[in-house]
Amino acid sequence: MNYHLNFTLIWRHFPRLLEGLLLSLEIAAVSIAIAMVIGLTLALAYVDGNRFTRSAVAAYVEFIRNVPLLLLVYLMFYGVPTVVDIRYEATVSFVATLSIYGGAYLVEVLRAGLQAVPQGLIEAGKAIGLTRLQRLVHVRLPTALRISLPSLSNTYVSLFKDTSIASVIAVPELAYAAQWINLNTFRIVEVYAVATPMYLITGYSILFLLRLLERRYAIVR
Amino acid sequence: VIGVEAALKSVPFLLQGFVITLEVSALVVASSLVIGVLLGTALTFGPWLIRLPVRLYSDLIRGIPILVLIFFIYYGLPVIQINLDNLSAAVVALTVFKTAQVIEITRGAFQSIPKAQMEAGKAIGLVFWQRMAYVLIPQATRRFIPPFINSVVDAVKGSALVSLLGVIDLMQAIQQVVGRTYEPLPLYVLGSLIYFMINYSLSLLARRLEARFAYIRE
Repeated sequence: MNYHLNFTLIWRHFPRLLEGLLLSLEIAAVSIAIAMVIGLTLALAYVDGNRFTRSAVAAYVEFIRNVPLLLLVYLMFYGVPTVVDIRYEATVSFVATLSIYGGAYLVEVLRAGLQAVPQGLIEAGKAIGLTRLQRLVHVRLPTALRISLPSLSNTYVSLFKDTSIASVIAVPELAYAAQWINLNTFRIVEVYAVATPMYLITGYSILFLLRLLERRYAIVR
Repeated sequence: VIGVEAALKSVPFLLQGFVITLEVSALVVASSLVIGVLLGTALTFGPWLIRLPVRLYSDLIRGIPILVLIFFIYYGLPVIQINLDNLSAAVVALTVFKTAQVIEITRGAFQSIPKAQMEAGKAIGLVFWQRMAYVLIPQATRRFIPPFINSVVDAVKGSALVSLLGVIDLMQAIQQVVGRTYEPLPLYVLGSLIYFMINYSLSLLARRLEARFAYIRE
């Protein structure tokens, strides 16, 4: 083997990777927050709604889940501004895409959670005189969230990994930082030998924290 | 309207890319099915000396974004004197990733079959391979198929990433037409409809099989 590993250039550019990782985490956090709002709203619309809202939600979920994220990213960043008069920078565009994408997955997770809330619990809420809204806030949502917690954790970590796709529209997150260093130093193996563990460690740390949360709150059926 | 015309005119070219997408997906699915089922079986029944490396492989690979894996394999492997062209590198990377998923699906399928089944097999005097062949595998297969088809959907979606290595699959064909016509929206919409059609049919198939095999209970 006549290739000599040399990490000096990587350490010189390490702040770029670190900033990239932070941006990845920010993108993931914001997107997950928006996706949770989309997911909860549409899951409720599906469970409590009529036939029309049901099929509308199903259409959204099925379309998004069956199209590559990469294509959706291009569609949002290059396609949409040609017909709608909006301008956004790449990061905003990607957050919007990942939120819509994650939302479709979270609808499924939360819908399953809402449908798994025992009927007896809801009836007990009725019996003690809770209104429809009170039953939702104090009975159905907390229970559904606790039931869906394990699936939610998996989806969150998977969305964090998906932030790497943002590199294709030059959002300076971790994968883009790695590609930038590669392009400017040609130290390809070294870059990925550093960037890959950064994804692994961050991803598993998130998962570990969520598992702690699960041990405290998750309801195992 | 001009955009729509451009999109329709490009359909034959897109179909060529679509064929590559299907080929890549089929190769990835076939090879990861074989390797993944073998390793998944080893993970469920093997001694710890085999289980440990398989568990490590699966957990490591599933923790890495697939995009990073593709670049690592395409640009990194030449350093250790393995030179793959872009198509092979893409297929290898996607297979490495998909294999890890198939390992987990296999393990899940085996473990979902109640222990009592194997014990009953023991009680009537079946040896290990007989219990596998007559008791476990027929039931586990039915548990395996629906999640596996869902992961085929994932494979078709993931195959769009090979466009980043310059492989002219459906995604890259779309990109090239967009580059020539400057009509992004109609082409991306057309492309997403093509992906949707193939993946949605697969999803429906998975759902139907799941309902069909739902009779296996704890």
